[in-house]
Amino acid sequence: MSLLRVESLKISYGGINAVKGIDLEVAQGEMVALIGANGAGKTTTLKAICGVMKPAAGKVHYQGRDITALPSHVLVTMGMALVPEGRGIFGRLTVEENLDIGAYTRRDKAATRAQLAHVYEMFPRLKERRNQTAGTMSGGEQQMLAIGRALMSAPRLLLLDEPSMGLAPLMVQRIFDTIRRVAAEGVTVLLVEQNAKLALESSARGYVMESGKITLSDTAPALLDNPQVRQAYLGE
Amino acid sequence: MDIFLQQIINGLTLGSVYAVVALGYTMVYGIVQLINFAHGEVVMVGAMVGLSVIGALAASSGLPPLVVVLAGAMSAVPVCMAVGYTMERVAYRPLRGAPRLAPLITAIGISIILQQVAMLVWSRNPLSFPQIVANPVFEVAGAHVSAVQIAIVSVSVLMMAVLTLIVYRTRLGVAMRATSENAQMAGLMGVNVNQVIAATFVIGAALAAIAGVMIGTYYGIAHYKMGALLGMKAFAAAVLGGIGNLAGAMLGGILLGVVEALGTGYIGELTDLCHIDWISTSLAQRCAEDGHVVVFGSNYQDVFAFVVLILVLVFRPSGLLGERVGDRA
Repeated sequence: MSLLRVESLKISYGGINAVKGIDLEVAQGEMVALIGANGAGKTTTLKAICGVMKPAAGKVHYQGRDITALPSHVLVTMGMALVPEGRGIFGRLTVEENLDIGAYTRRDKAATRAQLAHVYEMFPRLKERRNQTAGTMSGGEQQMLAIGRALMSAPRLLLLDEPSMGLAPLMVQRIFDTIRRVAAEGVTVLLVEQNAKLALESSARGYVMESGKITLSDTAPALLDNPQVRQAYLGE
Repeated sequence: MDIFLQQIINGLTLGSVYAVVALGYTMVYGIVQLINFAHGEVVMVGAMVGLSVIGALAASSGLPPLVVVLAGAMSAVPVCMAVGYTMERVAYRPLRGAPRLAPLITAIGISIILQQVAMLVWSRNPLSFPQIVANPVFEVAGAHVSAVQIAIVSVSVLMMAVLTLIVYRTRLGVAMRATSENAQMAGLMGVNVNQVIAATFVIGAALAAIAGVMIGTYYGIAHYKMGALLGMKAFAAAVLGGIGNLAGAMLGGILLGVVEALGTGYIGELTDLCHIDWISTSLAQRCAEDGHVVVFGSNYQDVFAFVVLILVLVFRPSGLLGERVGDRA
């Protein structure tokens, strides 16, 4: 059964039709990549899914429920978490306060503390810097924090927007190792990436988005072999 | 009597009230980038409700005076909280995302409405604030300190401490700081941003209520327009400290109170033309008769806050503790 289903979603803002009627689906426990060039509408799609943007038309179903009209803070309580483009960490809060606010909707203190320990185990660097102001950390550390913060809500669906952006190759590897680990732990992942190769190698299936439309959808290995994809997104 | 020390004491008293009111401005600005010009009127409502309750209880209940004053303050708080909440819900929330000028004009409108309602409910004339608590005056190093002054400073410090704890040590506080930094992202963390903004208005209004009762008790008078000037001064204090910055509002309020008190205490002497009575014989003559020919007297008390405001805006627009201002209006 699909955890997330997007139906003929249209989004426009500032007079531009950024997303022109797309369908996509993510099954429970699956990791799916949404790839495409800059400006294809990937981020806008994510924003509509997580309630930040109101779509012009179409529906978003999550856990079998129509969530199109729900605000983002309600979706968090339903187990949805976003790691936004540009990380969106709270630079004036400490690292630990950032993680605390990730668990804002959780009332079970013991489980939250266990989750914090889990995140610190995943990113020992964050533990070292727990009392540091988040804005003073490096880009890679901030990306770790953004992922850790999203995991603090113990999400069922993790939405990631360009987690590799602006990071050194080594850091990109570490971030993707973590994402794969999170997926292996059973979290459903929808990954938006410009780094198509890395995204498809980590995912089970993929969608290709071009100027507001989904032009291809297939299993990840098939997309990696697709001549069109190879030429346009894998630089071959 | 030592004028300097005396004015420092008076300045600290008034300054701590300014600080408490300035916190209301700065908290709201920090979270929604709005100058809530109606905040001064909330202080006035606090003073008026306090006045009514204290007056009624003092006349009929036979409770000890201190209990009556506390009851007055405790009734002012919920009323002001309700005013703060309603204001946000009715006047500002519908304008969220509107151009900045819109909520600013609305704020001025709300402040006029609150003044007029207060005028209808209470009076258009200044009312005397019941002073029922014994107010012994102590002498410290040649200056006078009254029990009310000590109480005002202590209550203000206590409220500032409690507010700091709320903002830095509670779940709501983390949510407030996160919202002030990036409201959309806070929403994505599950923070109900509208609720947090409403809570900010309500907390600021509670502080304003106590400030109103304190200022009424201190001056012994309340008037439906008292909030306007007090509010502007507290706003100046918030700007002096760096608007949006809590520590800045506290520092700015206290500094402004001290500057105002010292300015008021010394302006007469500093602008006394008799220091330069050699420039004309007629002046010398008047000086010989009256002793003083003062250009600006202590009735210029209200000027200092705005001189400070102008100086800050010219030389350090971000305020003493503020970071960047950039395009913030």
